[in-house]
Amino acid sequence: MAPLLEIKDLHASVGDKEILKGINLTVNAGEVHAIMGPNGSGKSTLAQVIAGHPAYTVTGGEIRYLDQDLTDMDPEERAQAGVFLAFQYPVEIPGVTNAYFLRSAYNEIRKARGLEEVDPIDFVDLLEEKLKVVEWGPDIMQRAVNSGFSGGEKKRNEILQMAVLEPKLALLDETDSGLDIDALRIVANGVNALKRPDNAYVVVTHYQRLLNHIVPDFVHVLADGQIVKSGGKELALELESKGYEWLTGVAEATAS
Amino acid sequence: MSESVETLVNREYKWGFVTDIEADTLPPGLNEDVIRAISAKKQEPAFLLEWRLKAYRGWLKMTEPHWPNVQYPSIDYQKIVYYSAPRTQKPLGSLDEVDPKIRETYDKLGIPLTEQKILSGVAVDAVFDSVSVGTTYKKHLAEMGIIFCSFSEAVREHPELVQKYLGTVVPGSDNFFAALNSAVFSDGSFVYVPKGVRCPMDLSTYFRINAQNTGQFERTLIIADEGASVSYLEGCTAPRRDENQLHAAVVELVALEGATIKYSTVQNWYAGDEDGKGGIYNFVTKRGKCAGPRAKISWTQVETGSAITWKYPSVILQGDDSVGEFYSVAVVNGRQQADTGTKMVHLGRNTRSTIVSKGISAGAGQNSYRGLVKVMPRADGARNYTQCDSMLIGNRCGAHTFPYIDVQNRTAAVEHEASTSKIGEDQIFYLKQRGLNTENAISMIVNGFCKEVFRELPMEFAVEAQKLLGISLEGSVG
Repeated sequence: MAPLLEIKDLHASVGDKEILKGINLTVNAGEVHAIMGPNGSGKSTLAQVIAGHPAYTVTGGEIRYLDQDLTDMDPEERAQAGVFLAFQYPVEIPGVTNAYFLRSAYNEIRKARGLEEVDPIDFVDLLEEKLKVVEWGPDIMQRAVNSGFSGGEKKRNEILQMAVLEPKLALLDETDSGLDIDALRIVANGVNALKRPDNAYVVVTHYQRLLNHIVPDFVHVLADGQIVKSGGKELALELESKGYEWLTGVAEATAS
Repeated sequence: MSESVETLVNREYKWGFVTDIEADTLPPGLNEDVIRAISAKKQEPAFLLEWRLKAYRGWLKMTEPHWPNVQYPSIDYQKIVYYSAPRTQKPLGSLDEVDPKIRETYDKLGIPLTEQKILSGVAVDAVFDSVSVGTTYKKHLAEMGIIFCSFSEAVREHPELVQKYLGTVVPGSDNFFAALNSAVFSDGSFVYVPKGVRCPMDLSTYFRINAQNTGQFERTLIIADEGASVSYLEGCTAPRRDENQLHAAVVELVALEGATIKYSTVQNWYAGDEDGKGGIYNFVTKRGKCAGPRAKISWTQVETGSAITWKYPSVILQGDDSVGEFYSVAVVNGRQQADTGTKMVHLGRNTRSTIVSKGISAGAGQNSYRGLVKVMPRADGARNYTQCDSMLIGNRCGAHTFPYIDVQNRTAAVEHEASTSKIGEDQIFYLKQRGLNTENAISMIVNGFCKEVFRELPMEFAVEAQKLLGISLEGSVG
């Protein structure tokens, strides 16, 4: 079976500045991959590029997802194909209820897959189950999307969206940043509850602490736009005690 | 992204077609003879001709105002045609006698003129160029004493009401364009709701400019007698033409003691092409008077069309405890310019007014909110709340705000809130990442922004407004 995600020698830039400098990464269904690395190493960029953020230009290499070339697809086509990005900074959409927003997204994705749209009443039933994943009551659905949400609520809302949209490939971009212990637990439990043999997670994080809750199968260290080290979950612990410096040194050596 | 955006920008204005119909048209130009000719064609009583001529003589001494924040070449008023009517126009015995071509036009616009086909339960008056071509549900309304007809018919059938109220809210000398309208207005709608009657259905006028080089000068007068209530809707479209056309309408609302008038507009005149060629100059005077205690007038407008919009639907709060409201969404895209807002003049005690204005600017559009809240010395306990929000899409557009507050009573409370936001690439990307395309993403953000105004619109209108907004803004991000 083809891997879920296969990235080969990926280069990407913002304007003239190259940020990703030859990334290779293979993710199979059922796996959890953690991408770690110092600030500015390109972790978030990698997630955004996979999702198709227009600020980045892919200048080389390829991103294959279920044997499709993602780089040719619009962001919405990628989403419809099952790629989900949990944002580091979820945007606010004043005046649009969470319920309406989520139902629209859900139906757009269903439409793209040739399925019938779900009406508001059936959608409420579906939501009831999904809200449990993030330990929320129905009231949250009547609030405007992320408007006036606390940092923790915004991240929980991302996980709720993920629960509803049931992606095959979920990219979590620093979902742990700015979370207190309780919110971190809720977010992590949500992710664990949604893990299935046919989906995969790429978790971008700066800190080890999230990985105590979401246990990765693989850990990759990104430095200066390249993966400089890959290993199992124990690598994360090693990074926690040793920091990134010993690896960024390696990156510089490789580059020269 | 930008390629699909380009094709969307250049999408056709789908109401831009022309109906080929023989018209009875006066030669271009304006003088007293033209006014006499219009008045004679409409077989008007002497008082109305006199009223027109007085307004015309006043107009001659006025100069075109240039204080709005809009730019356009000066208008040659001698090149405009002041009267054009479909040739077949005769007093209609029934709607079945409406010229089939005109009926077709309205069908194409989605405005059915046959009563039995109307499912929405909205009574419609249709104004084609200068004249009303048909009013639906008239008989049904007449049974309740409600008069809903063209202005010309009101002049013939109910001259006493016309004479009593015409010009009482917007006098013939009010301003340059109102004076011009008073001199040459050819038709419009007239509504009278008698004491204590609640009009059972929404009344609606659909304005259509068809003929070339023709100005449209309609005049609408709505009177809600004591304790009466009525909800009135107007919609407007025009063909796509390279020349600018002038639309200088006047709307007067009179709400007597305890009466309520709700006036909703969805304005979608042709806006001109992407280079700013053509389009309607929408220079309109709209004003309501809460003449008695506890009267209420509420304006809701969704302005998406016109090359230039220049209008300030206002309320004079004369009666004690009367209420004025203004809810507005104004959208400019391409090279459109809008200078719009409201005036709330508090004369009576404990009068309250609410202003909610949402300005959306895209393309190279320029959008100005201009509002006046005036509290006069006698208006003890007057209150106003104003919320004025602007949204920018792209880097070439502009949003401007000119709020004027003039309070002459110490017990008054006036609040003003304002915000400016920008639809960013990140917002759109967020929604696209959830599976929505660019169009739907923008439409969702903008509709959320306008929500407080849309919920004031009657149901069918709200749906139409949301669709229009989507079309007006298609491709505005790129």
